[in-house]
Amino acid sequence: MSDILDRARSQVLDGGVGLDEAGVLDVLRLPDEQLPAALQLAHEVRMRWCGPEVEVEGIVSLKTGGCPEDCHFCSQSGVFASPVRSVWLDIPSLVEAARQTAKTGATEFCIVAAVRGPDERLMRQLREGVAAIRAEVDINIAASLGILTQAQVDELVELGIHRYNHNLETCRSYFPNVVTTHTWEERWETLRMVRASGMEVCCGGIIGLGETLEQRAEFAAQLAELDPHEVPLNFLNPRPGTPLGDRAPVAPRDALRAIAAFRLAMPRTILRYAGGREITLGDLGTRDGLLGGINAVIVGNYLTTLGRPASEDLALLEELKMPIKALSATL
Amino acid sequence: METETTPTTADPVAGSWCDRCGGALAEGGHEACVAARRLEPPRFCPVCRRRMRVQVLPSGWTATCVAHGTTRG
Repeated sequence: MSDILDRARSQVLDGGVGLDEAGVLDVLRLPDEQLPAALQLAHEVRMRWCGPEVEVEGIVSLKTGGCPEDCHFCSQSGVFASPVRSVWLDIPSLVEAARQTAKTGATEFCIVAAVRGPDERLMRQLREGVAAIRAEVDINIAASLGILTQAQVDELVELGIHRYNHNLETCRSYFPNVVTTHTWEERWETLRMVRASGMEVCCGGIIGLGETLEQRAEFAAQLAELDPHEVPLNFLNPRPGTPLGDRAPVAPRDALRAIAAFRLAMPRTILRYAGGREITLGDLGTRDGLLGGINAVIVGNYLTTLGRPASEDLALLEELKMPIKALSATL
Repeated sequence: METETTPTTADPVAGSWCDRCGGALAEGGHEACVAARRLEPPRFCPVCRRRMRVQVLPSGWTATCVAHGTTRG
């Protein structure tokens, strides 16, 4: 076994202390023949510090497209010639989406909007939507509405929003290559306010935006410093019309190395498989990730693209004898 | 896939335009679009090439053309 995996076994598995940036970089640079050992160790770390349960979540877009920001990976930006048109989801459809998500056994339902930050129209739609879901569906409600003001943070707390997602997307040093209409620091400030409010912090990003391995390690270290409750790990799904539309997806082994490395950086976090796993890793990769540090999944479709049928993920969890985290265990 | 409110198009998939990129099907070269559509909803009306209003839901999607109605998947 390599030096870094020996060190990780002692420091992370036995001690519960995540790898630092240099250690993460060493994992990201492991040769292919050591990848299975890295994934096995990451799985042991996950089982030791998080347990066997898998948290299942569904997501839905409340407001799609027409976003004024220029996140170069995003088909919902109104800045690029993407085929995605602006559309709002009505409240009955939102409730039905929550109901369908709950039927899968999911404990989390995240309401997402493609905006810089919420305006009054969006907050009103959210208020009505949350109330309607609460009246009919037993599920934790999370939200992802972009950059918040303190007053909006306070209102989300009053609404009972369980967890707030705001991805940093990539490391601080690479962020200006991906987004120019707002800063990494603005995102960090929203995350700081969310944490202070008592809501759970959900913050991750996208692997494969053109960052170097050094920057990937920097990102893992910055997330570890934030110490979010949940880290959604996306892999670039190149979208037509965006500046990154012609980029190749991440190589499967590099994606798996990233999963192991992020787990070894954050032994206690909920590390969630998010967008892009299907095109990056396929069916076998989903299994490898769940046996390599992942302990949460988004089931069903994403915001503008489709995922594996929820039934396939649920069958895989059953086969792997990984129980779905129950709603009572999250409260 | 099922369709609704599409009185002018019995089979919208059989239109003249690629429902992923909006290009002419007759010109060919849409193999990548066909493959990608396995994990994407349609974006362009295959009959008139208009961009559709698409809502992706956890367990399905709807795509609406102002002229040719709504398709569900």
